[in-house]
Amino acid sequence: MTVAAGRQPNIGHRASLFADRHFKWLVIAPSIIVLLLIGLYPIVHTGIVSFQDITMLAEDTSWSGGKHYAALFSDTRLWESMGHTFLILAIALPIELVLGLLMAQLFLEKMPLKQVFVALLIIPTVISPIVAGSTWRLMFDNQYGPINQIIGWFSSEPVAILWLSRPEWVYPAILVCEVWQWTPFMFLILLAALSNVDRSLIEAAEIDGASFWKIFFRITLPVIKPVLIIAILIRALDLFRIFDIIWAMTKGGPGTLTETISIYTYIRAFKEFETSYAGAIAFLVIILLSIIVIFALKRVEIAR
Amino acid sequence: MTADAAPPVPASRWPRWLPRERRRMIWRFLIALVVQVFFLFPVYWLFITSIKSAGDIFARPPVWFPGEPNFRIFGVLFKDGDVWAIYNSLIIASISTVVAMILGTAAAYSLARFKTGGQNLAIWIISQRMIPPIVIVFPIFLLFVWFGWIDSYVGLILLYIAFNLPYVIWMMRGYIEDIPVEVEESALTDGCSRWQALRKIVFPMARTGIFATAVFTFIFAWNEFVFALILTRHDVLTFPVLVTHYYGAQSTFWSKIAALSVLGTLPVFFAVATLQRFLVRGITMGAVKG
Repeated sequence: MTVAAGRQPNIGHRASLFADRHFKWLVIAPSIIVLLLIGLYPIVHTGIVSFQDITMLAEDTSWSGGKHYAALFSDTRLWESMGHTFLILAIALPIELVLGLLMAQLFLEKMPLKQVFVALLIIPTVISPIVAGSTWRLMFDNQYGPINQIIGWFSSEPVAILWLSRPEWVYPAILVCEVWQWTPFMFLILLAALSNVDRSLIEAAEIDGASFWKIFFRITLPVIKPVLIIAILIRALDLFRIFDIIWAMTKGGPGTLTETISIYTYIRAFKEFETSYAGAIAFLVIILLSIIVIFALKRVEIAR
Repeated sequence: MTADAAPPVPASRWPRWLPRERRRMIWRFLIALVVQVFFLFPVYWLFITSIKSAGDIFARPPVWFPGEPNFRIFGVLFKDGDVWAIYNSLIIASISTVVAMILGTAAAYSLARFKTGGQNLAIWIISQRMIPPIVIVFPIFLLFVWFGWIDSYVGLILLYIAFNLPYVIWMMRGYIEDIPVEVEESALTDGCSRWQALRKIVFPMARTGIFATAVFTFIFAWNEFVFALILTRHDVLTFPVLVTHYYGAQSTFWSKIAALSVLGTLPVFFAVATLQRFLVRGITMGAVKG
């Protein structure tokens, strides 16, 4: 270091000494500044706004106390949108998990064209959720989509189910799209996890006559558990903010039946311009989420 | 698929073992084919919708195998200037990826080698990634109105840099930790400055990790919808936003939706084909090393 510095002029020497000494903070500072600006500032601002009374029409910045928070409790549409979000989460996540696990188990074994199959299964997960939603909207179209046609083959009369506008069919349609897009995600992660399980251990257990379930719970599950938990947490956080797929398929309709918490917040903030009220919703979401996130991150950090 | 599927194989029946294994493999292959059909048929349907003639799109029953590929609608997209959305996406995703990679890799080096700020700083950084976009977008919207950044490249690029930075830092921290520290130490004792060590040793040694992380960062920016929906109007529409514009109250432009979706999926498709090896690590934020 001294050899290199000796050739430099004095000012440069000092500057480079400073740069070297504070190197670790200098290289991380730009990132921290950007994150404070886009990560922390909006949350603080949202918190402040939620205690004011701003709408598109009235730029009223006087304090209004906690009246927006009080209003949250009687806002049935908000709690319904929460309910929709958790309904989708509670149904989609287990299905994705079980299907992903079964598929991983299937593709773990010897099979012709295995590499090609696995590579092709990546496609749904990496395409834009808007494209995924649009694709399934095409598939579910009551007249020109293939789904009704395929069901028609098994029924005596022509089928014309209005998948995306009938209350009883809209959730199955959205869930199919969601499961279609994210099961491969679970599958890829679990396939990686399962290939770390010691095969000779399983074969020994098989020879000893252990059942499939016994082998799964005693040998496989303990090995894949940390990965399983992380996969579940990542998906749970994504499902909690689900927006794109539903926006592409129904825009929250019919009526408000498929509004999720993200869609409802968007509508209140950007369609009805109730800034302060939307701020209160956003803050509620942040509090709810922080609990999950802190728990989740500890797990991710431990697993590293 | 449980109890009867795996009875123990007595050693005396060794000659019959092979055909049974073969039979099971055929069954597995058939099930795998069904799985493939479920996951790929929608992609196929999207693709053929984009090359169907106008008559075939609205045919009943639906046409599964369009006779002659018809690329007319792609021509329309080019002629009407709708492909600008692809161009916008490309510009925004590329620039934001490059900047996020530079800032993020440097920060990751600091975290990986100096444990700067301890575990709390690392956790705070990745927690920024978990916030739903809708929760933070309104103050950003107001900020951008103030700066005149609504519907501008600079606004969306800055936002995507910030949005992807936690991911880049987190991933690159893992990749840098994989590099043995001894190489740098010997370079430092040989008279390299920290900056030279970073440029001449860390970056080249982490280049596969840098590449894989950059591709994922690009895909996230490419596919992002909520920020783009709220912060663009017409000049810098990205392709997912334009796709949703084709859904009309009266008529829906299926062929345009399909064609633009196909155009918007191709880059991602090729990107992922190049990094299958890093895929699991990339989508689990480094938690699974794959």
